[in-house]
Amino acid sequence: MRLRNLLSATAAAAALGALAGPALAERGADGQVNIIYWQAVSILNPYLSGGTKDVEGASLVLEPLARYDETGTMVPWLVEEIPTVENGGVSEDLMSITWKLKPGLKWSDGSDVTAADAVFTADYCMDETGGCQQVANYADVASVEAVDDLTIKITFTVPKPVPYGPFVGAQSPILQAAQFADCKGAKAPECTDANFGPIGTGPYVVAEFKPNDVVVYEANPHYREADKPAFGSVLLKGGGDAVSAARSVMETGEFDYAWNMQVEPEILAQMEARGIGKVISAYGTSVERFEVNMTNPDPDLGDLRSTVEGGPHPFLTDPKVTRALSMAIDREILVEAGYGAAGQVTCNVLPAPDLFNSTANDWCKTPDVDGANALLDEAGWVVGSDGVREKDGVKLSLLYQTSTNSVRQGTQALIKQMWQEIGVETELRNISGSVFFGGDPSSPDTFQKLYADVEMFTNNFDGTDPEKYMANWRCSEIPSPKNNWLGGNNPRFCSEEYDALVQTLAGTAKIEERAEIAKQLNDMLMESGAIIPLIHRGRVAAMANTIEGHAMNPWDSELWDIASWSRAK
Amino acid sequence: MLTYTIRRLAFAVPTLLVISFLIFGILDLAPSDPTAQLPLTIPPEVREKIRLSLGLGDPFIVRYFKWLVQFMVNEPLNILEQWTGWTIGDGERLRVLSWQTRSPVVDLIVQRMPQTLWVVGMSYVVGIVIAIPIGVISAYRQYSWFDQFGTLFSMVGFSIPTFFTGLLFIVIFSVTLGWLPSIYDTTLVVEDWDSFVAQVKQMIMPTMVLGLYNASQLSRFMRASVLDNLNQDYVRTARAKGMTEKVVLLIHVLRNSMIPVVTVIALNLPQVFGGAIITEQIFRVNGLGQLLIGAIEGGDIPTVQTLTFIFAVLIVVFNLIADVLYGILDPRIRYD
Repeated sequence: MRLRNLLSATAAAAALGALAGPALAERGADGQVNIIYWQAVSILNPYLSGGTKDVEGASLVLEPLARYDETGTMVPWLVEEIPTVENGGVSEDLMSITWKLKPGLKWSDGSDVTAADAVFTADYCMDETGGCQQVANYADVASVEAVDDLTIKITFTVPKPVPYGPFVGAQSPILQAAQFADCKGAKAPECTDANFGPIGTGPYVVAEFKPNDVVVYEANPHYREADKPAFGSVLLKGGGDAVSAARSVMETGEFDYAWNMQVEPEILAQMEARGIGKVISAYGTSVERFEVNMTNPDPDLGDLRSTVEGGPHPFLTDPKVTRALSMAIDREILVEAGYGAAGQVTCNVLPAPDLFNSTANDWCKTPDVDGANALLDEAGWVVGSDGVREKDGVKLSLLYQTSTNSVRQGTQALIKQMWQEIGVETELRNISGSVFFGGDPSSPDTFQKLYADVEMFTNNFDGTDPEKYMANWRCSEIPSPKNNWLGGNNPRFCSEEYDALVQTLAGTAKIEERAEIAKQLNDMLMESGAIIPLIHRGRVAAMANTIEGHAMNPWDSELWDIASWSRAK
Repeated sequence: MLTYTIRRLAFAVPTLLVISFLIFGILDLAPSDPTAQLPLTIPPEVREKIRLSLGLGDPFIVRYFKWLVQFMVNEPLNILEQWTGWTIGDGERLRVLSWQTRSPVVDLIVQRMPQTLWVVGMSYVVGIVIAIPIGVISAYRQYSWFDQFGTLFSMVGFSIPTFFTGLLFIVIFSVTLGWLPSIYDTTLVVEDWDSFVAQVKQMIMPTMVLGLYNASQLSRFMRASVLDNLNQDYVRTARAKGMTEKVVLLIHVLRNSMIPVVTVIALNLPQVFGGAIITEQIFRVNGLGQLLIGAIEGGDIPTVQTLTFIFAVLIVVFNLIADVLYGILDPRIRYD
């Protein structure tokens, strides 16, 4: 009985898949490609879930107007060219941008793509009650209008030197207005069919979706390039853990591509040795760093703990101390032990794009324990009988917190040892990621509250422009009870000079000048010791040796070029 | 018997209400956040808006009653409508929505139920089929080499956790020998012989891992129970009457020994639905256990609440069934 139900249900699903239509001869010639994400896709509407797995799962179907290629260069995707001030696409006063769609674009249901779809998408996300998770991409948008069928004009409320927020990158694709018309605002989550099977312009359409488990895609019959994609179908399986995902690509060969290989390098190297698959990586803007508490986390302060009102930190506000802490760390060892191909040493919180990478802090690349000791001696910190330095009754003793994750705990243990050599005592603490990164204002363990001396985690920014990112460390962004602990300035770094420079950045249009300012901002953070960068982290994936045509892209969806993937004969 | 059953059923209602309140309360107090898994590039203000859009702005009691009405009234009405084709009211009811998928939790559960029943249920069957003969023979030939081996088998099976045996199986049968797939293909459609073989192949490892674990547990119960019965007077009587050993063992002893074992089996059945969580995760079987793990990791409280509550309901129901079964198997303890 149950078997029969199962059979009829699956037969119906198969029939549904067949309805998607026969693919052209050259399209789909390479059969199926199997991809494994150890976090399963939950929903295929990136506006309702900003989770990386969901955004990337949707990126096979939904496309933005422009996106970033593997070098971080913006490339036109659904448009003819990238609008700039030079070609007249961006107005002289930087208040508006005009995109021109490629003519003849079709949705996967055969209807035309028009500017009205983009207008709808912006309305959909900017609706206050919808809980749109990508609304930050639409910041400062005054209006989006369709000048004609193929022309989209976005007007901003302030001058935007980098007006590439809306409709650029995998986080901000175009939805079909017809499909989502009744799904605006509070009704957004009720449109399950649309959220699970969006109609898009991408190389694939959703054939079958089992939330939190698997997505099956078929080639889009209306895709704009007649000979693509080479794979007729894609299976995107989710769940499990990173190690077994790596195993399924590089040891058993059941899958062709595995995402986000957060696995100890020696395990990956062993698997790679079998010769079926390889590890690939690329570097974006992710940096594993210490954010150093500039305020006093002493529990005796009660509600004033780790707030500006509670007073400065007893010793971490001294740049000599933080510099010594940084000098004592041998970052090469950290890379070797925990990251391998997935990490490289960095001395900047802003390590990429290349143009934005400062060289002023390169001293941190070579560890210098003697130098660090000398620096602390000079600052008056004397080694006590227990081997821990102290000055005026204050001990150099740190509480070091991070999220629970085997690589992070390995790093913690190594750094504790390195700091011991310069007479710094360290207490280690790890907190479950769902609590640490969760913003629950009633929890004392969130990374915003920072009830510790230093904390370690990774952050990055979308796209290639760091303006919003660097604006995180303004005085106004300090998390405190007043703003319900919302704010990105965890070190509680505050400098008028820094704030003014961020303001200048917002008004500067020339890319070279922007890079200069961004480097200065980075250097100010490094010199103050508010941030101690550790490792520039890359995206790492495991890929079968037979897959061709993929360029690892740290700037956009990892599956951005799936239309060009093929299997070696 | 009937009045007893009805009384027990009526008593289950307040029990379940208390359980639902406790589950809701505990999960609500737990420090978890639905936006914790999002990339840090999504700014804090947006996160706050997301939380509000998920209904987290309402006070606890309001959310509890909303959930109670959605789960206890709206969902059963929906199911009734689907089964009968009737339309009750305007058909527009608020449903319990998962925070991760934004789709109704009950639909997710319905989608995942077959896999759990097939894989985990099958492992239970396999476990029983292995355990009963081992238990009976071990008891009948107590301290023989077979009994010693059975004891060793159940000790090993019971003390090695499934996440270890699962991994061991994968390394042996998938990586080294390449016989069986390590990842369960949930899109496989059984339509011909080949796909049936593929289905059997992919079910072998998860079923055996769980089945061996269940078998080791049950075989001990079975052995103890048969041993108890073998020394009873009625067994001697049966032998004195000239019954063959086969009849004595398989008709007289086995039936009586089954009574406590059936209770154990019935009481453990809700675990089938709980889906051996770890095993499903290792082999990526998209069952209820995997749904629960994913929901916990993603801070998807409504899914966790609903699933946990359903497990609680099942435990209460199967306790009742065990009691009733007991009465049926053993006429001495009927409750009339």
